[in-house]
Amino acid sequence: MSKTIEGLYYSQSHEWVKVEGNTAFVGITDYAQEALGSVVYVDMPQQDDQVNAGEEFGAVESVKAASDLVSPVSGTVVDVNSGLEDSPSLLNEKPYGTWIIKVEMSEPSQLDNLMDAKAYAEYCENL
Amino acid sequence: MEQPISRTCLYYSHVTLGAKMEPFAGFSMPIQYQGIIEEHQAVRNAAGMFDVSHMGEIFVSGPDAEKYVNYLFTNDVTDMPEGKVLYGMMLRPDGGVVDDLLVYRLFGGKGFLLVVNAANIAKDAAWACSLAEKYDVTVENLSEDWGEVALQGPEAGKIMLEVLGLDMQELVFYTFTEVRWKGYRLTVSRTGYTGEDGFELYGTPEAVCHIWKTLLDAGVQPCGLGCRDTLRFEAGLPLYGHELSDSITPVEAGLGMFVKTDKGDFCGRDAVVRQKAEGVSRKVIGIELSDKAIPRAGYPVFAGGEQIGHVTTGYRSISTGKSICMALVSADYAALGTSLEVEIHRKRISGTVCKKRFYRTSYKK
Repeated sequence: MSKTIEGLYYSQSHEWVKVEGNTAFVGITDYAQEALGSVVYVDMPQQDDQVNAGEEFGAVESVKAASDLVSPVSGTVVDVNSGLEDSPSLLNEKPYGTWIIKVEMSEPSQLDNLMDAKAYAEYCENL
Repeated sequence: MEQPISRTCLYYSHVTLGAKMEPFAGFSMPIQYQGIIEEHQAVRNAAGMFDVSHMGEIFVSGPDAEKYVNYLFTNDVTDMPEGKVLYGMMLRPDGGVVDDLLVYRLFGGKGFLLVVNAANIAKDAAWACSLAEKYDVTVENLSEDWGEVALQGPEAGKIMLEVLGLDMQELVFYTFTEVRWKGYRLTVSRTGYTGEDGFELYGTPEAVCHIWKTLLDAGVQPCGLGCRDTLRFEAGLPLYGHELSDSITPVEAGLGMFVKTDKGDFCGRDAVVRQKAEGVSRKVIGIELSDKAIPRAGYPVFAGGEQIGHVTTGYRSISTGKSICMALVSADYAALGTSLEVEIHRKRISGTVCKKRFYRTSYKK
């Protein structure tokens, strides 16, 4: 069974969000990395790009296929994890320790639409 | 209409091994066991084995077998020796490809075995029967009675000898032999779809299960369809539905050498003769990209701001680490060294036309 971490927010498209003040760190869940297999490339936005909740902001790619990354929140990208350019497999090795983008949230209330760890674990079990 | 999903004779072995199973060509097939990268490397560096029992086996026999196969198939089987294998296609009258296949000339004057793509078995059998009317031949689709395992990689020959006790040293590329193994009759050819030396073993489902288990017990890496595709792609081999199709001709795909227009009449000949003489408007090419972004099938290809084609297969090459693809583009842009762009996630990534064979193959000729 895939792992979840208490205190994070989770989306139905398998991204997690860690909140510090008004900043959201966004990554992919253990379930997502397991389903993808070895990640070989991460397509990321640039700093200062706008992202919108429910919309695609990049892609994670395994050998076989590309899967869209969907932003769980709206806001401005204030940083991207450039370490993923050379080591995309970090997403497999430490899915919860590897954020992809850092977003300055424009509507923090959108977090209410996301799941907590328990709800997400149940959601995955029923997939 | 939804087709029921078939299972090969090795289905339970795949499930027991924890393979990731997915539907492919109407079969539930293993995509990967340990991981595509590990399995790909195993075949490049040592050996790996594939369940390819989903492939189709169509047998042709009768007095007109040679004449008929020569009409159905693009390569030349005139005086083809028994024990020889040829690659080629079946063409529609307009030159579009019904399927690409291997033709085996069977021993003892028994005719021919056609090995076809799983996705096309029903279509191919119907096509073969429709062309058989004017010939004194029997065409039998025995796909369900036959299983197949491919053992591929530089150590394949050694494993054949040491694990299965089959000495294949004398068997050269694109030939086959018939052997007895533990009471089973097997057909073994030195062929494959990986760019490496290797063998394809055909037998009854029971025989194939026995071979698979014996190889597995000896520690041979089971490999899924995931790396079967990355391996064939790096070796520049086409996949039906991508580089070849009903609407892509062999000349466009750069496979004109497998169409012998000088052998006499065959289905699709006129279209190929015309294309060889007049040239084609589109070609399948290789492209190496300047960036790590990965081109995928269907992505558009541009030159000077104008779309000139699309990607047919693309990967980040496991063997070289480069982002590469095959693409079907306007022939005006097919020359080696031409600068093109592939649109990946709304960005145009620059690339250069290169040879389709991205990896140096090592067959035993």
